[in-house]
Amino acid sequence: MLEMRDITKVYNPGTITEQRLFDHFSLKVEEGQFVAIVGSNGSGKTSLLNIICGSIPIEGGDVLVGGTSISKLKDYQRYATMGRVYQNPAAGTCPNLTMLENLSLADNKGKSFGLSRAINRRQVEQYREQLLSLGLGLEDKLDVKMGALSGGQRQAVSLLMATMIPLKFLILDEHTAALDPKTADTIMRLTDQVVREKKLTALMVTHNLRYAVEYGDRVLMMDRGHVVLDRAGEEKRNTSIDDILTRFNQISMECGN
Amino acid sequence: MADLLISTLIQGLIYALISFGVYITYSILDFPDLGVDGTFPLGAAVTAILLTRGVNAWLTLPISLAAGALAGLFTGFIHVRLKIRNLLAGIITMTALFSINLYIANGSNLTVDRGTDTIFTAPSTMSLLGGLTLMERKLVVSLVLILVVKLMLDLYFNTKSGLLLRAVGDNADLVTTLAKDRGSVKMLGLVISNALVALAGCVVCHEQRSFSATMGTGQLVYGLAAVIIGISLMNFYTASPAARGLRHVKGLRVLGSPRGTTAVIVGSILYKLCIQLALSMGLPPNMMKLITAMLFLLVLVVSGRKGEEIIHA
Repeated sequence: MLEMRDITKVYNPGTITEQRLFDHFSLKVEEGQFVAIVGSNGSGKTSLLNIICGSIPIEGGDVLVGGTSISKLKDYQRYATMGRVYQNPAAGTCPNLTMLENLSLADNKGKSFGLSRAINRRQVEQYREQLLSLGLGLEDKLDVKMGALSGGQRQAVSLLMATMIPLKFLILDEHTAALDPKTADTIMRLTDQVVREKKLTALMVTHNLRYAVEYGDRVLMMDRGHVVLDRAGEEKRNTSIDDILTRFNQISMECGN
Repeated sequence: MADLLISTLIQGLIYALISFGVYITYSILDFPDLGVDGTFPLGAAVTAILLTRGVNAWLTLPISLAAGALAGLFTGFIHVRLKIRNLLAGIITMTALFSINLYIANGSNLTVDRGTDTIFTAPSTMSLLGGLTLMERKLVVSLVLILVVKLMLDLYFNTKSGLLLRAVGDNADLVTTLAKDRGSVKMLGLVISNALVALAGCVVCHEQRSFSATMGTGQLVYGLAAVIIGISLMNFYTASPAARGLRHVKGLRVLGSPRGTTAVIVGSILYKLCIQLALSMGLPPNMMKLITAMLFLLVLVVSGRKGEEIIHA
């Protein structure tokens, strides 16, 4: 179980632009739960992910995994049990390395990066099968530089890399936002598939309300550092896009947008 | 004339060791390491003092490597752990090393006298290459040395550690999500790079039998120019019709592949040739650094943009 307890996050503390985003914010996510998080810009969605991953410091509170605090762990240490896919398709892979080299890197996560050969040719067949299952025609491009692939293809590989080794958590930071609608649908379908297959606890920030309704077991709406809507299970299944949109318009109007 | 060509070739080969170091920091890690201007004379200072104290000539190589590695570790530490900007971190190391080099060599100049054996005249070298003239021996020894280093780098870049090093320059955030500390990987790169640069200083000291405190000036510029010339030419070549047959070769790319290190050696030799050419055309030797700088500017203008794009793409 992932728990955020009494989190306080202040941007630009002590300056005229000081902004208190979270004030004793708490959230619990059950193991194996797939949570979709929506909300307007500045509502704290991405900050929430960054706090869990240790990418930004917090002023107070604690992040716990299975009851143990991980707040003292550095960002790279936390990633031992987490995978992350970013909004920018270029962020999840190395553009100047080949796809095979990228996959080999991901495959070696959690092991030592010593002086043994980086590319294990025996793994190639396995990679090819995994790429084939993506259905994007990537299986013949193992020796192509990542930078030469399209955004959608890179994002599919990023997702594959992020979930290649056994993990507990998958963090998805608007990972379909930079893709065309058709590719976004494909990536979303693949995401759902991998989360189910690997029984991951997943947190997905999205601006696509349809994805938030259709996928996942729980939907959260954030507004100025607060959860203003939280539906899971049966209640979530009975939630329609219109319900979410109505609530979303309410908070937007409160903000004066 | 032939002698001049051979001696330029020897220079180009030896100085390629600097370019290997710069290649790792600048091209792979995207870190312009000015510490090079201090690490190069460090290798020479260590070597000169050891040779004058009668230490075995070949033993100065690993000792210089270790001294350079320490300097790289220092730059890495102040950049990564103390969070000093990369250019400043290099400048701090370079400045500090100036005094350290004076201390090691007991002064601003140290000459190794004719009677002392260098790697080019040591008994072990003579037993293998005794039939050759000194010039030929220098050529063979430096060629073998460069090829060994090149081969080791090529092998290293394809190990897991080497792949992670290339990844950190390409996308440091990805290395973090691989649960690896990007800072440690950068430090490792700086250690390897500076070790090679000090090795260059060591071999140059063997070759010219002297250390001077100012011999480091402009060496980063030299290394950068050689790397950019080499990589640009290699990119030009791999994109040209002449390399059409190569196009289907798996994973055709320059950085981190044997093509990259080959390009660096070619770039180093070409750059030394250009400087030598300018000198033979009557420019006084005092103008050497000016030529080095102006040639580098020319390289940046002519092929620079292309090279930059490819390096940082």
